[in-house]
Amino acid sequence: MIKFALKGLLGRKLRTALTAIAIVLGVAMVSGTYVLTDSIDKAFDSIFNDSRRGSDAVIAGKAAFDLTDGGGSEAPTLEESLLSKVRALPEVQLAEGGVDSETTILIDKDGKAIVGNAPSIGFSIARGDSPFNPLRLVEGRWPGQNEIVIDEATAEKKGFRVGDTIGVQSEGPVQQYRISGIIRFGESLSTIGDATLAGLDLPTAQRLYGKEGRLDEIAVASNPNVTPEQLLAAIDGVIPATAQVRTGERQASEDAAETNEFITFLQGFLLAFAGIALFVGSFVIANSLGITIAQRTREFATIRTIGASRRQVLGSIVLESLVVGILASVAGLFLGLGLAKLLFALFKAVGFTLPNSGLIFQTRTVVVALLVGTVVTLLASLRPAVRATRVPPIAAVREGATLPESRFARFRTVGSTLLTALGFAALLFGLFAPDLGTTGVLVWLGLGALLVFFGVSLLSVRFIRPLAAALGWPATRIGGAAGTLARDNARRNPQRTASTAAALMIGLALVTLVAVLAAGITTTFRGAVEDLWEDADYALTSQNNFTPIPASVAERVAELPGVIGVGNVRTGEAQAFGEEFFATAVNPVTSTIFNMTWTEGSNEVLAALGDDGAFVDDGYAADHNLRIGSPVAVTFANGEKDSYRIEGIFDPPPGGSPFGPITVSTGEWDSHNANLRNLYSFVRMEGGQTPENEARLTEALKEFPNAKAATREKFIDNQISGLNTVLNILYVLLALSVVVSLFGIINMLVLTVFERTREIGMLRAIGMTRRQVRRMIRHESVITALIGGVLGILLGVVLGALLVARIDFIDFTLPVGSLIVFTIATIVVGIIAAVFPARRAARLNVLEALQYE
Amino acid sequence: MSKNGTVVHANDVTRTYGEGETAVHALQGISLDIPRGDLTAIMGPSGSGKSTLMHILAGLDKPTAGDVAIAGTHITRLGDSDLTKLRREHIGFVFQFFNLLPMLTAEENVLLPLSIAGEKVDPAFFETLLHNVGLTDRRTHRPSELSGGQQQRVAIARALVSRPTVVFADEPTGNLDSKTGTEILELLRHSVEEYGQTTVMVTHEPRAAAIADRVLFLADGEIVMELPRSTQPEILAALDTITTA
Repeated sequence: MIKFALKGLLGRKLRTALTAIAIVLGVAMVSGTYVLTDSIDKAFDSIFNDSRRGSDAVIAGKAAFDLTDGGGSEAPTLEESLLSKVRALPEVQLAEGGVDSETTILIDKDGKAIVGNAPSIGFSIARGDSPFNPLRLVEGRWPGQNEIVIDEATAEKKGFRVGDTIGVQSEGPVQQYRISGIIRFGESLSTIGDATLAGLDLPTAQRLYGKEGRLDEIAVASNPNVTPEQLLAAIDGVIPATAQVRTGERQASEDAAETNEFITFLQGFLLAFAGIALFVGSFVIANSLGITIAQRTREFATIRTIGASRRQVLGSIVLESLVVGILASVAGLFLGLGLAKLLFALFKAVGFTLPNSGLIFQTRTVVVALLVGTVVTLLASLRPAVRATRVPPIAAVREGATLPESRFARFRTVGSTLLTALGFAALLFGLFAPDLGTTGVLVWLGLGALLVFFGVSLLSVRFIRPLAAALGWPATRIGGAAGTLARDNARRNPQRTASTAAALMIGLALVTLVAVLAAGITTTFRGAVEDLWEDADYALTSQNNFTPIPASVAERVAELPGVIGVGNVRTGEAQAFGEEFFATAVNPVTSTIFNMTWTEGSNEVLAALGDDGAFVDDGYAADHNLRIGSPVAVTFANGEKDSYRIEGIFDPPPGGSPFGPITVSTGEWDSHNANLRNLYSFVRMEGGQTPENEARLTEALKEFPNAKAATREKFIDNQISGLNTVLNILYVLLALSVVVSLFGIINMLVLTVFERTREIGMLRAIGMTRRQVRRMIRHESVITALIGGVLGILLGVVLGALLVARIDFIDFTLPVGSLIVFTIATIVVGIIAAVFPARRAARLNVLEALQYE
Repeated sequence: MSKNGTVVHANDVTRTYGEGETAVHALQGISLDIPRGDLTAIMGPSGSGKSTLMHILAGLDKPTAGDVAIAGTHITRLGDSDLTKLRREHIGFVFQFFNLLPMLTAEENVLLPLSIAGEKVDPAFFETLLHNVGLTDRRTHRPSELSGGQQQRVAIARALVSRPTVVFADEPTGNLDSKTGTEILELLRHSVEEYGQTTVMVTHEPRAAAIADRVLFLADGEIVMELPRSTQPEILAALDTITTA
């Protein structure tokens, strides 16, 4: 029996290969994900370890709570005088202080800010030959007064050389420095993703960051024979309460914490798409195997007549699948290496370069990829395998014997309806049941989606005939006899058409779901801006639209002639009721700019917060039982605490507002925070939006190349453009499942052409041209694809509507344009899938096709 | 049409499969004419080359050497597309296993050649045709709902619907019981009488060959005997001569 199974596989190489591709791609995604994330992980590890190499201990400011990178708040700085106290300790051999900033924006030769999605890292370099310095000089020398060193990649990309002058913007207007050298980070990396690096001498850096006389960190090397514990204890004795000391290693892992979170997220995120591709792949496998087994009915009956038991038939098919599964998994495993490179390229293409210091291939990757691929293939083969065992021996001698109907066939409609209903129930439970937690919600949603896809794919068998008739109508118009035959062929075996279409349906349902959510977010956001933005001519944001910009920009703009007022929304992190949150602050001008809906209070509140007023949004007020006059205790990043009185409660529009849960006055905010940042500033000018005003702003912003001014429309577009990046990544990742289902269609068509050999021979004999044969196959492919596409789009819209119903800040919007694009894409998938099978069909030798067994 | 009323003309046709030592010479220099309005039967034991000959005469295959003209067109140098169009216009087929499309009704199956060619049917002719083959009350049935004989009637109507120059029937009774087979043969004969339909039938059944105006006997790729319209015993005797020779 083993021989029988393996010989069978060899005899059907093409079909086996086409079936296997469905699994290969899914496994490649699993292995590619691991390779990618392991590689990034290693690259980041080396970055963080390199940057702390040589530091036995690191002293840094201690925030009152954990801060998010790039959130606008920084830990309190250290007095520069602390350095001499640390140096005086007997345990300390060497100590150096430094300042750094992730908003050290380099300006290119055209006066444009060099910014991407990666941080613009700047730091002081105390001494080039210091053991704390992780940088290597590629060219030139270390920076002196008003000098700078920049990283090799940026220098090359932007054409900077040693001796050139480069602009740098951080807290204030652009400063010009002379490039004294070109550097490289660590040993292997020429870049840290897309990040730009800028190194300055300490006094220059302190001036640039507005940290004169202050330090962010002190790196310490201990004397020989001093244990880390002794060193930490000694340092602990001299540092203030707002500072903390850690070992270099500990500091490196603290530095890495947020990155690791990101990598874990990325891994889960990508694995989810691998899971989807594998799920789709399992449909393709089950369908292909089902067709092959139906075609081999005679063969199974024959081996039954010569004495094979049902168990042996089952065994031979399972063995076949096992071999296919293992081969496909091995192929997928290695393809994953290539896919990892492709993913690096994908993220780079959308402006999100990930650091890479060589691909990492771990044992875990091998084990998981092989296991997952093999198990999925085996599971998918079970149903068709069990059906094959039901072939009676008598079928061997019967002309045109077909596979017996499954025992459960008559329960199919009821069963699949039930399955679908159960799926929707699980989805609804996941969406609306209280207190499930993120994991709970995801598990229920995943389970629900799985059941719905299964249910609908089974249920769709009932609708194939009418669907094919409707979707095939254009084919009969365009394709003539070939089109009509294609439509009839698509309706001929609803089970087969339904299974083939189901694979594509899943991909399209998810793509549509994403589009519905995106459209919802876009329109609701637009609505929110239009509601809130009452009377301002321009908004000031950073070039990338989301990084908060230094307050100095708005201050400069406010001094311009013709500017009536600049309303600022400051942002940073704070803590209240034991929770950290993004707090905001507004200046009085905002009361004339925003039009907010107040459940308590009025727009006047914005101007009248003073030094002890605050306003909150209604959700936060309800959660914490706040009313007008309620006191709120807020802790700021530097540890200072203050209490505020609630002056107003507002109702944010569905698309959200720029305000955090708690908003105080800028005056208050500024007294408790250093490095002040505005999330947005809104400018009112005499004469409104005029070319003169625009020119005036542009001129002023030349000093701040990382800031830009935008009208309301432009502001909305800019904000939405970030969403498009995310959308594109999702679409590309979902495209993988669509490709898997494309192979499903190819496979189905190849098998069908094989099955209809004699029919095609007859058609050719009675006058069908090769072109007509190709057209017939192509139309059948397109009709099948369209069935999957239409079902998927409908399902996606329903799922999207459900999700949107749950999420308060999104309203349902039908993304008509996207849906049209998806339909066209579906047709294209059908056309591509048909190329190879159609060519095979057209090349059939008429005589051989007409030969009888 | 050629001047002497010949619709298919073959001149010294040979057909060889494979090369060198393993080459199979299926046809070895066959010359024949199919006259208009005749029913010609081609007989011979299996392996005699009768199917190969029919395929070549019908433009499904090309000779290795020699010349074939169908309705005056020499097919040897035609490309696939022209050959297909030639078949569309001039040739109808009746197959042993009917070869109907299972998802089409009887009527749709009959009309298939016209719809492939993108032509309209003459309704009056179509009705007469359906009536003649006895399918008037079965027109909306699908092949699975028809008996073998009815399926073959559909196939014959399909071969006749485009009013081809010549109909080729490949063992048309091979898959039918003898009573149904007889009915089908009567139908074929009828189409010759009624429409003057030139027909070439490949068969190994003397009963079938007995309806032909002329019977050609093939053995080892050559025409070894030719009979005018003959009875079953005569044909049987002729076959005996060939096989024992």
